This record gives sequence, structure tokens and C-alpha cells, in this order.
Amino acid sequence: MLAKLPARLCTLALSFLLIAFALPALAGPFEDAVAKFANDDFSDTEEAIGAVASSGNPLAFPIINALQDGRLMADPDSKKVYVTGTDGKSIDATTGQPVASVPDGASAVRLNNRLRRSVDAALGSLTLQSPDLSTRIQAAQSVFKSHEETALEAVDAALAKETNKSARTALGEARAAILLFKSDATEVEKLEAVATLKARGDQDALALLSDTGSDQPASVTKAAASAIGSIQSSLAVWSTVQNAWYGLSLGSVLLLAAIGLAITFGVMGVINMAHGEMVMLGAYTTFVVQEVIRTRYPALFDYSLIIAVPLAFLVSGAIGVLIERSIIRFLYGRPLETLLATWGLSLVLQQAVRTAFGPTNREVGNPSWMSGAFELGQITITYNRLWILCFTLAVFAILLAMLRYTALGLEMRAVTQNRRMAASMGIATSRVDALTFGLGSGIAGIAGVALSQIDNVSPNLGQSYIIDSFMVVVFGGVGNLWGTLVGAFTLGIANKFLEPVAGAVLGKIAILVLIILFIQKRPRGLFALKGRAVEA
Amino acid sequence: MLTKSTHDIAASFSRRGLLAATAGLMLGLASFTGAKAADDTIKVGVLHSLSGTMAISETTLKDTILFLIDEQNKKGGVNGKKLEAVVVDPASNWPLFAEKARELITKDKVAVVFGCWTSVSRKSVLPVFKELNSILFYPVQYEGEESERNVFYTGAAPNQQAIPAVDYLMKEEKVKRWVLAGTDYVYPRTTNKILEAYLKSKGVAQEDIMINYTPFGHSDWQTIVADIKKFGSAGKKTAVVSTINGDANVPFYKELGNQGIKAKDIPVVAFSVGEEELAGIDTKPLVGHLAAWNYFQSIKTPANEKFIKEWQAYTKNPKRTTNDPMEAHVIGFNMWVKAVEKVKSTDPDKVIAALPGIEAPNLTGGTSKMLPNHHITKPVFIGEIKGNGQFDVVWKTPSLVPGDAWSKELDGSKDLIGDWVEKKCGNYNVKTNKCLGSGS
Repeated sequence: MLAKLPARLCTLALSFLLIAFALPALAGPFEDAVAKFANDDFSDTEEAIGAVASSGNPLAFPIINALQDGRLMADPDSKKVYVTGTDGKSIDATTGQPVASVPDGASAVRLNNRLRRSVDAALGSLTLQSPDLSTRIQAAQSVFKSHEETALEAVDAALAKETNKSARTALGEARAAILLFKSDATEVEKLEAVATLKARGDQDALALLSDTGSDQPASVTKAAASAIGSIQSSLAVWSTVQNAWYGLSLGSVLLLAAIGLAITFGVMGVINMAHGEMVMLGAYTTFVVQEVIRTRYPALFDYSLIIAVPLAFLVSGAIGVLIERSIIRFLYGRPLETLLATWGLSLVLQQAVRTAFGPTNREVGNPSWMSGAFELGQITITYNRLWILCFTLAVFAILLAMLRYTALGLEMRAVTQNRRMAASMGIATSRVDALTFGLGSGIAGIAGVALSQIDNVSPNLGQSYIIDSFMVVVFGGVGNLWGTLVGAFTLGIANKFLEPVAGAVLGKIAILVLIILFIQKRPRGLFALKGRAVEA
Repeated sequence: MLTKSTHDIAASFSRRGLLAATAGLMLGLASFTGAKAADDTIKVGVLHSLSGTMAISETTLKDTILFLIDEQNKKGGVNGKKLEAVVVDPASNWPLFAEKARELITKDKVAVVFGCWTSVSRKSVLPVFKELNSILFYPVQYEGEESERNVFYTGAAPNQQAIPAVDYLMKEEKVKRWVLAGTDYVYPRTTNKILEAYLKSKGVAQEDIMINYTPFGHSDWQTIVADIKKFGSAGKKTAVVSTINGDANVPFYKELGNQGIKAKDIPVVAFSVGEEELAGIDTKPLVGHLAAWNYFQSIKTPANEKFIKEWQAYTKNPKRTTNDPMEAHVIGFNMWVKAVEKVKSTDPDKVIAALPGIEAPNLTGGTSKMLPNHHITKPVFIGEIKGNGQFDVVWKTPSLVPGDAWSKELDGSKDLIGDWVEKKCGNYNVKTNKCLGSGS
């Protein structure tokens, strides 16, 4: 398509001439600009955006807005441009008249990153006085980013009318950004601009201040330098907070992956190498649930994870019970055989999933309440990580309560502490074994639901978590849920503080070395079980 | 070039386990195909992992070759003989690649092998192809610095992918600061070394280049994405050049989307993300991020549209995607067919001698040519990710780019060329006029 460009340009120039002669009514600058959208050339589109945005024509906003959303249709043959509304109805972009249908040959006007920035800047100055508050703030922010001098008038006009406090701040910052780079702004204006940016104090402000250049008055350069210094020192504090948050978040993922293993390995003592595959099954359950919801009940998509959690628990739990009944119960007390058997099982499960769902990754969507991020001071907290942290703590609390307060929990603890005594008290130990293993596997399944939100859903999903899970359980102390909790968060936070210093690869190695040293010193982990249970 | 999760003890254990199982299975298969083979067929070996971590990428390539053989047989085969595929499964296990290659050449007597994905698998089969004098077509973009007599490289060398992509960012997006992010293994490390040298030769200062490596299957990208954000807010236009390996890309892009890094602020150009990798992600937050390849499914040419239609009909899946290494196999396969038809023989020496200079149409409207260094000429495209998981081509090189076996940017290799036609040497030093031979 690009190769034909010169030829195309020629025919285009010709057709322009023809149009100009045939339809003198179309010859206004606005109409010319709009017609450029049909050229399918990025430079022409850029010119068109600028001309349309500054035309003052009431159609400018709908056109640019449609361009951003890919709803601006251009017909390369007739050079006509149409705006398709969100309701599917179309209007002619030059006249605003409704049209019955867009011609078949028309396609959406293409954008690249440079054009997307122009569109943002254009939309910014067009929507500064929008009746919707969040649109106004967003507009001010895009003006802040593009800080083009042409927007100054629009910003001043909007500032004069604006009454909302946060919108005023955003406008003030946009104005400061423009003035800082405006060559004919006064020194006083520039100093005020530096002060405003200093008050904003984030990385964007830092970027603008460091980019001021050398052609500024000396006082401005000095003020900018001191502002940069103060922003940097406050950002350094925030970056520590940020590392701590990242550590908590990584710790919650580790905990979630390890918590099921803390039951099957920690409490029951089964070296369960198929644990990761239980996690994977949970993730695939989420995928299936989402597929069903997408095809049958698309309105329920935001609830897909809530529906998937109990189902994943049941699927993984049931398979766990099946494994315990059919394989593991014959191997109690023979750790090496258990290891090999569960290893083989993990391969079987992986290949089964690969055969059933294909070897490629499956797409699991994020519901809207798990997408995006919010700013807390100068750190960005993503919703999916926040929810996973809350979810992990909830699962942990429920599991703890279950072991502590339910009859099944009591029986589990009794059986693991002293199997023969428990049996002689009338507890059906083999039934309890199966249920415990099912519980551990089920919780791994739940972990899969959460992990599907941040990782690949592929047959290899489980493999990437099995080593980390064992590490957490062993580090925290086998047989102690609290140990797993503390272990996971310790490792997560240590990892995240090491990563900026040593890099991701060395950081991970350093953690493994530290754990080896730690295990030498305390072979039973952070929280060692004491008493007779240890010998069992 | 991709290598997946080799560091996992888990993976290596699993390969051991699979080895025994698949070896048994394959022995059975091999003897079966051997029994029914007659003299009037030409055998074509397919050496792609169908299980293990690489199955995700390589299974498609196996299907591609089967599809091409099927199409060729419909046209009457080659030299009046039907083609017959011999498929083996090296199970993502590098030593097993060498064993399977030996089995294909000595036991099944294949005329040519199409296979390998990771550089390490290619390196492991190299001695086998040299010793037994057979032909390997390698379809994946790789780090270069190699030219072997028995291997034909139909994927991109760094100058056919990485360098044009950086040029594009410099010219179109006016990028001044660079993050080179990659997975920690040979392909990203070599590519980044080449890119770093190239950027410096273009006047980019050391403090404007950030290089970052992550382990295989890295899934927690919070810190690195925050670092990129920070690096990008120094007042200069910043871009990320990503050699991050296939599987780790999904969490990376998810984190980018969630932390609100838009392509219009900090674009990411990737060398290992294609249509298949995007199948696992919701691409709406990624619109505008870039990928550099020699082929995109979305390229509208009659040849490509025909190929996609036939491929989807062959796989009976109307949504099946196509990708760059598939196109490389298409070109390589057609070149091999032409060479065999030219010399009217499948004798490796004759075919190897005939291949340089052979031309075959690629799917994007041009004609690729096999060069004396056993690399091919390819067009380079920059594509932007679209909301539907496909790419929109925003730029392409004006003409086909010949592949350099040895990078011109690195001190160690800038004087070297590969020339199997005149010099009969894969690493000929044009300054000293000497062939370094296999010792270097």
C-alpha cells in the first residue's frame, strides 16, 4: 500500500483539481482539511488534524473524537469522509448532514503514535470547557503533556470560567507547562510556572523541568534546578514506599501460590509436585467460565472471577481428591516415590491440558474493576495487584478459621499430629486425608483464578510457581501456616528491594543464596514446629 | 531464538521424563514411516518440538511444513516424486534435537530438514548436519554471527529487524532515550550489544541507554515497568526496544497497560511478539505499541491472502493466525524445491551449491533471494498493534534488505563475511583475506 504512494499522490492531486473545479462549494479551508483524511497518508492526516482543530467549526470536536476512536471513515475513491456515531449512524464530516450508509470501500482513518499525540493535544484544547468535570480535567492534562503555545488562549479562557478546585489546579499546571516553554513569556511568569510545577512534584513535572533548556533567564534556570532537587528527594522517599508496596504485592502472589502447598506438603507431608498443575487447572477453569460468559451472558463479564472462584475450587479440589484416592494414599511414608509419582502426574496433566486447549496461551480478560491503576501520592497502585493482595489475605484468613473452628479442621490437625491416636478416637483417617488433600488442591485452584489475571494462561503456568511455592513453605517452616505467610512476604519484599539494586536476574539468585544460608542455620524454617508432632 | 524456562529444574526434569516416553513413541513412528516408504518419494524431515515448553511456538511450524508438502504434492511433487514428511518430536530438549537430527538423516534418509526455533537447539544440531552433510532450513529471527555451509537461515538477521526498527523510532518518533529490555540469554544479549554499538555510533550518550535483563518466564514486572516510567520522564522522548521472550511478554504488556504507559508516551517495539503471542492478551490497552518483522498477517497482497485462506482451510480453523517464522518456512521450502528441480537431484552437495542465487516470492509482494552467506533478502515492516490482535503496517523498508551473517556494528565481526560461493568460507575476513575456519 505504501509502495504505491507516489502514484496515488498523483491521482490524488488530479482528483483534487477535478473536485476543486467541479464543486466550488467545497473549496473552504475546513472542507479541504477534512478531505485530507481520505488520503491515507500520515503527514496529510496530521495537517488535517491541526487545521480541523483550529477551524472553530462545530464539527471539529465530533471529527477528532471519532478519529481517536477509529470511527472516522474515509472513502478513498470519492474522497468523502464520514463520522460514524457510537450508535452506528453516520454523518457527512464536511456538512454534518446524516447519510444513509457509509460506502463499502470506506475504512477507518489510520493513526500512528505521532498522530495519536496530535489528536490528544487537539482534543485537549477542544474539550477544556466540556460540561463534564472529568473530561475537563483530562483535557487539561493532555494540554499539560503537549504544552503547545497555541492552546494558551483556550486554557486562559477555561481558567476564567472554571470553578472546580481540582480542574483549576490541572488548568494552572497546563498553563505553567505552556509558559515555561513559551519563548516570549516574562521572567515572572516563568518563575511562577516553575513554582507551580514544583508543587505538582511528580515525574511529569520533573520531566518538564529538566527539559527547560539553556535559553532561559538565569533566575529561571536556578529556580528550576532547585525545584528538580526538591522533587527528586521527595520522589526518592516515595520510591522506597513503592518498593515496599511491590514487595507486598509479590509476597501476596507467592503466598497465594504456596498456600495450598502449605496444606498438602506442610500439613500432610506429601511432596506434591503436581501442585502447580492444580493452579493451572484453576486458571483454565477461569478461562472456560469467561468463554461461556462471553458467548452466552456478556453482561455478566465483570462477575466472571467471582463465579470462577468456587468452580475452580471444586474442579481442582475434586481432582485433588481423585489423585489422593488413586495414587497418593498408597505412597504415604515413601517421599521419593511420592515425588516421582506426582511429578509424572504433573506431566500428564500438562499434556492433557495442551491436548484439550492447545499449546498456545489462552486469553483471560481482566474485569473492569481489576483494570487500571490509581495514584497514591507519587506511587501508582494497580487495581489487579491490590485486589490480589486482599483476596490472598481473605483466603488465608478463611483457611485459618476453617482449621481452627470447624470439625473438619480439628480432625485434620488431629490426624496430622498423631494419626494412630486420632484413628483410635474414631476419626476416619483416610477420609480426612482425602479431604485435606482436596482442600489444598482446591485452594491451589483458587490461586489459579487470581494468577490468571497477571500471568499467562498456558499449560506451563504451574511450572513457574512450583519452585517458588516450595521455597516459601520451606523457608517459612513446614507445617505452619503463619510461617508461610511471613515467609512469602519476607521473600517478596526482600526481592523487590534487591531488584532495583542488583537487577532481576541477580536479585533472584541472591534470594536463593540467602535461603540456602538460612536453611543451613535453621533447617526447619522460620517458624519450626515443636513437640511430638515434629517426629510424626 | 526463543528459549523458554530452561532454568527451571522443573522443566529439565520434565524433559527427562518426556525423553523416555517420546523416544519410545518416536521409534515406533519412525519404523512405521520407514516401512511404507518407497523409492519414489523424497523425504523431508521436520524437527520441531511438539511437546514441552517450546511446543507453543513450534507446533505451528510443523503444521506449516506439512501444509506446504501437501500443496506441493497436489502440484505433482518434485522431480516427479512425491514428498513425504518425517515428523519427529525433540520435546524442547536441546540434546534430543541432535539425536533426532541424526535419526532423521541416517535412519530415515531425509533429503532436507526444516526445523529448530531456539538458537541453542540450532547450535546443538550443527555438528550433526556438518558431520553427516545434510541441509537444515532455520526459519526464526536470530542473533546472527553465524554462517554455516549446511544451514540456510530464512529468518531475520539483526540488520533485517533490530536496526531498521531503531531507525524508524529515531526518525518517525524522534526517540532520544532508549531502554533495551530483554530476557537473559544469547539472542537478546547479542542483539542488545549490536544495538548499543549502533546507537552510540548515532551519537546517543551512554546515560540515555538503559539495559535491563530479566530471567525466563519473569512474571512480576512492577519494578521494571516503574523504572521504565522513571527513565522515560527525563524530558526526552523515550522508547523501549524489547527482546523479551514470548511467554514473559503477556505479564509485561499487562503491567504496562495497568500502569498506564501508553504507546503514545513510551512506545515499545518488540522483536519476539507476533500474532501468536498476542492471542493470549487483550490488546486494547496495547494499541500503538510496535513490532518489527519481515511479515505480518495483515499485509494485503494477493499471495498472502491466498496463503492465509489455504492455511485456514488446511487447518480447518478459520481463525488460525499466520506469523513471521511461518513465512520464512514458506520461502525456504520453495527455494529448496526450486534448487532440487534445478539440479534434478536431492544430493546435498549439489543442492547446497545450487541454493545461493535461487529466488522465491515472499508473501508480502517481493521476491527473496538466497545469498552466498546462506541468508536471504527480506523486507522489514514496522507494525502497530491493533485492538483485534493484528498489526497495522506503519512503515516498511523501501527495498529488500540483504541479511548480514556478521554484524557490521560489532568490533569482532565487522570485517567478516560469509561467502559459500566464491570463498567457500563462513567467516572470511575481508581485511586480512583469510578464512578463519571452524576454529574461531
